[in-house]
Amino acid sequence: MDPSHDNPHVPGPSLWPVGLAIGATVLLVGFVVSWSIVAVGAIIAIVFGILWLRDLTRKSHAREQEVRVEPERRQKGPPRTTHVPRPARTEPATPETMPRNVFLEVTTLGLGGVIGALVALPVLGFTIGPAFLKQGVSHVDLGPLDGFPEGEFLITTFTSSESEGFVSRRTAYIRNNGFVTLPGTKTAQPSFTILSNHCAHLGCPVQPNGPQQVKDTTHYKSVTRIPVNPSGFGCPCHGGQYDTEGNRIAGPPVRGLDRYSFSIVNGHLMLGKPYSVAFVTGKGADAQIHAATLHFPGEQVKGIESWFYPIQPPH
Amino acid sequence: MATQKRSRQEQILYPLDWLEERSGLVGAVRYFLLRNVPADTDWFQTLGSATLTAFLVQATTGIVLAMYYQPGPTTAYASIQHITNDVWGGWLVRGMHKWGASVFIILMFLHMGRVFLFGAYKYPRELNWVIGVFLLASGLAEGFTGYLLPWDQTAYWATTVGINLNGTAPFLGPFIAQFLQGGTYINPNTISRFYSIHMLVLPAAIGGLIALHLYLVIRLGVTSPPWSKTAAGLGPLDGSGPNGSGPNGSGPDGSPVAPAPALEGSTSG
Repeated sequence: MDPSHDNPHVPGPSLWPVGLAIGATVLLVGFVVSWSIVAVGAIIAIVFGILWLRDLTRKSHAREQEVRVEPERRQKGPPRTTHVPRPARTEPATPETMPRNVFLEVTTLGLGGVIGALVALPVLGFTIGPAFLKQGVSHVDLGPLDGFPEGEFLITTFTSSESEGFVSRRTAYIRNNGFVTLPGTKTAQPSFTILSNHCAHLGCPVQPNGPQQVKDTTHYKSVTRIPVNPSGFGCPCHGGQYDTEGNRIAGPPVRGLDRYSFSIVNGHLMLGKPYSVAFVTGKGADAQIHAATLHFPGEQVKGIESWFYPIQPPH
Repeated sequence: MATQKRSRQEQILYPLDWLEERSGLVGAVRYFLLRNVPADTDWFQTLGSATLTAFLVQATTGIVLAMYYQPGPTTAYASIQHITNDVWGGWLVRGMHKWGASVFIILMFLHMGRVFLFGAYKYPRELNWVIGVFLLASGLAEGFTGYLLPWDQTAYWATTVGINLNGTAPFLGPFIAQFLQGGTYINPNTISRFYSIHMLVLPAAIGGLIALHLYLVIRLGVTSPPWSKTAAGLGPLDGSGPNGSGPNGSGPDGSPVAPAPALEGSTSG
């Protein structure tokens, strides 16, 4: 091959144009964002531009000495990774630490990876994050205390989030246990049993086993309360049965019914966070609740099987 | 050459020749459709293309249903009623999609049973079985996500149960369930999330997997039925010798094809 015809004057590999391109990008972004960013971009572009120019001039100087540049071609044997200067040459060219093809390969893959990550990470976060962030429970006003007659269950249906609308309608079975003086305290506190209607098997809505007094229905804002006198609760999906304290008495559920915490604000019953219950001993105001953090239905909260669910997502 | 008149046949085929010269597509299609298969293939071996047809029906009807369906907690049910009762032909297209979904699932299982009973999953076709399992899982996930979209009581509670079933998986279950429904409870985002998975994520995955599946079918060829005497080396069927080359004895590239397994007792020597 005649070297005089096949002697491409390609510049040596250099990282400086990458910096120049970044500087130009920052500069252009600065026009949209802020003048200070324009200045930063300009400085980056100028610095790297000077470095690149210096590199180029020095390289062309060296190339005058170098008569032959090995043309790129596919090798049959193992690829040569270094360009070995001839021993006859008096002034060796700058030793190449990385061949051009490997440099291009690495930069293409590297930049591709960076671009891919820049796109993929926000997308992943956007897909997964919202399911786990800001899950807090809003406190729902269920109305004045005198709307809850003592010793009677009310099927209480409420909208847990006004912004989410009808899809956030939920039901709780609420029983006023009256005022109780707990041991160690002097003032009497109101006591409520508030059972979630989510079956502890797989989340279907449990129904009260007993006649509903629909004509005695009361309303407060978007809250609907239907009196009922149940002998227990049963699930229509797979037949789980609970007593009036929410203890499982038959069927596939693995624990008792979830409960809601509550507070009294200005004489109104306020619904709080839900929590899971393994089982309850005692009744009404004297109930001993074996509680746990809120779990999905079907997960044990006590005993050896609960070891399968060591971490709960933020509810 | 230029002065010669083209024959009538050449004139008719000219567009195809034009396309073939510039893309090679005609040859590719001929290679795909006119490849050799064993002479004693069975009707059971059409179950795979039947499944593919069912998927294409689902894709086509699904695309046009998406033109009228409105995912959202307040709009979904009403738009389904609108499709079924008001839109011209809506009852038919929705019915095709709804019943075709069951057809697709059933055909997938029948196809899988055929492959299993024919022993067609054996060397060198193990990878195609694995791809098929991914296709089956994606198809079942299509069924699960599509079931919520009518947004009626059945859909809502079936999805609640399905999500909570996922929640009972050890360790990661609660996170899977919360990811699926996009929060602690079913919320307004759940239905659009399911819709996106149902009509974008999974169909794209299934399409890609089908392409791989078919590529391997073409590359590896079709197995003979287990009762095939030729594949068992027990006699000529089409003139080629017992162990001779040809569609029964070798793959498309001349590599030996694994003999179809003989069911116990079905070959008597």
